[in-house]
Amino acid sequence: MHGHLSQAEFLAGMAAFLGVFYLSLAIMNAIAAAFLWESGRGVTLFRVNVLGLYSLPFTTPILWLLVALYFVALSPLAFSGDPYMMWWVSLPAVVIDTIDYWVNPTVYTVGSLVFFGSLFWMRRFFVKPVVAWCCFNLVLLFMGFSMTNQSFSAIVTKADNVPIVGLMFLLGFFTWLATSRAVANDDRALRGEPPLESVDNEKVLVWPDLVYTELICMVAVLALLLVWGLLLQAPLEEPASSVKTPNPSKAPWYFLGLQEMLVYYDPWMAGVVLPSVILFGLIAIPYLDFNKLGNGYYTISQRKFAYLNFQFGFLVLWVTLIVMGTFLRGPNWNFFHPFETWDTHKVEALSNVDLSQWFWNDLFGVARPKAPEGSGGFKQFIYIVYRESPGIVFIVSYLVLLPPVMAVTFMRKFFIKMGFIRFMVLTNLMLMMGLLPLKMILRWSVNLKYFISIPEYFLNL
Amino acid sequence: MDSLSEIIRNSQIWKSIIRHPMPVDRRNRIVVMLTNFFLHLHPVSAKKQGIALSYTWCMGGITFFLFLVETVTGVLLMFYYRPTVEWAYSDIVALRDVVSLGVLRELHRWGAHAMVITVWLHMYRVFLTGSYKPPREFNWVLGVILLLLTLLLSFTGYLLPWDQLAIWAITVGSNMARATPFLGNEGPGAALLTVGGVDMITNASDARFLTLGARFVGEETLNRFYVLHCVAIPLGAALLLAIHFWRIRKDGGISGPL
Repeated sequence: MHGHLSQAEFLAGMAAFLGVFYLSLAIMNAIAAAFLWESGRGVTLFRVNVLGLYSLPFTTPILWLLVALYFVALSPLAFSGDPYMMWWVSLPAVVIDTIDYWVNPTVYTVGSLVFFGSLFWMRRFFVKPVVAWCCFNLVLLFMGFSMTNQSFSAIVTKADNVPIVGLMFLLGFFTWLATSRAVANDDRALRGEPPLESVDNEKVLVWPDLVYTELICMVAVLALLLVWGLLLQAPLEEPASSVKTPNPSKAPWYFLGLQEMLVYYDPWMAGVVLPSVILFGLIAIPYLDFNKLGNGYYTISQRKFAYLNFQFGFLVLWVTLIVMGTFLRGPNWNFFHPFETWDTHKVEALSNVDLSQWFWNDLFGVARPKAPEGSGGFKQFIYIVYRESPGIVFIVSYLVLLPPVMAVTFMRKFFIKMGFIRFMVLTNLMLMMGLLPLKMILRWSVNLKYFISIPEYFLNL
Repeated sequence: MDSLSEIIRNSQIWKSIIRHPMPVDRRNRIVVMLTNFFLHLHPVSAKKQGIALSYTWCMGGITFFLFLVETVTGVLLMFYYRPTVEWAYSDIVALRDVVSLGVLRELHRWGAHAMVITVWLHMYRVFLTGSYKPPREFNWVLGVILLLLTLLLSFTGYLLPWDQLAIWAITVGSNMARATPFLGNEGPGAALLTVGGVDMITNASDARFLTLGARFVGEETLNRFYVLHCVAIPLGAALLLAIHFWRIRKDGGISGPL
């Protein structure tokens, strides 16, 4: 995929881009500092005692000004294009080695869950503008430092991957915006005040108040598209050939979450059943959510159940898997961390075991039941069901027996409010969503291949 | 100059086209919303917090704008593009190298990516503000279908350049259809559908064949995806968009605290 360039040539090519990048970050932080200074919205972080005489406040405008100066200092180093100079704007080898040693699909997925979980638990901390702006700067710095790595820069700047980089920043920003508004509203609710959306909410004329906003948005989007289109050419590879299969063959990026599910489920589940369940589940949301609170304003604590379910499905599963499928899956759909060269010969040992194999061979030490040679179709069917009975019992009890258990235990209130049918739909949708992480965990921990494995009928689950 | 513009605005021709006076005072700002075709989608007035940018993010509006951008650039691209195995690829090359305003395809492709992203962000906002709750349940349903149509538009368009990226992405994507339960020839249950010992579901009659119009991604697929991409799905999306917007008004306007 790459490696045609020597590292020195590669760095020389990146120099202008990275120099401008750091300069832009410097300007961005300088503007932030100036804005906070002008508007008087700066916050004093701590006070510095000078010689025991003065107590000088260290405020956020000063902080962002220092950050801007730091980026100004980085810019000429990056502009130089000289490998020795650019060592200062590259990730230390120890960081890359650590990532190389630790990161695999398990660590990535569990790590994402822990990451989003801690963002949620500590949301009051992370919504603070100082903290959020700090995180934003750190992410940009990490990206800049990583760009001197050929593998990282190749995968991130691939034309069709650029929108996903954009998506990650946009999701970060809008999640921050929504969360900070929700936290503010939740605090107001505790004090018995109405949400921010109710304050100063008289009717205004759509011309000019909305029409102008729309016009500005349209102009901005068109300008962005034009710049994007001029800077980045739409990809066009060699003419189509049905005999030359590229490796990896990837679906369009928005379906890569589904393609990633193929690691754990067969196509009929990952490509047909689960997408249909996702669509049906989205459609069902307004008919399952009986909570009347949180209609028309941002809040988390008034609808925690709906919020957590949605964020688990959207951020933790859908987006995280797309990012993994785009950036971390290489030839043969093997896992490559972002600083690793895509080696087509990388071999990953796979020795996964079906539940029925484990049950009969390992647990009972007998061969799996098999219909005698030459027996009829029906007899064979019975034997197959008998062979796969552990998985069938597991799946049936998971989807049919678990909901009643939930109804009489921790979801009692839901059952009473929703009635039998709606409750079963809700719990089954949740359990179907849970099937994916469940299978992932079982794959990583005990190498489970299929709960039910009936290759005779193409039915593997 | 003042008088010249006044003369123009008072002329019979101008008045016959633009039926409202300049929206400079309260009365005419109302009149303009009621008499201008392009503006009449909007209400005359709205709750101040409901239209605040930090509340709506304008993502629905941007999505619609991108739909229009895609329509315009798409029509222009259609002037140059022939959906046949013989010509498709070379027409795309010509679009890049020969046609003036060579950013048409870039605008179309990046606009499509952007549209997928803005649809997601729009849904994200609608969920986080609980705006799907009564009385707006059905508009959320329409939104989910529009999300599906957006993804299908993007997916069908992916094939048209007819390069390696295109046919293999579509091959990977459509291989899933082969495994549709009962309706795919490698799907669970398909073997049960036989009549007199003859399989009903084969690789020439299953869900994948329906998608591709052939046993593998080929000429028929290109034609099928072209028609879906340029005519069938946009028409469906346009209809649903109209209902989606109409329902915003009928369901009580932009959402806000009850």
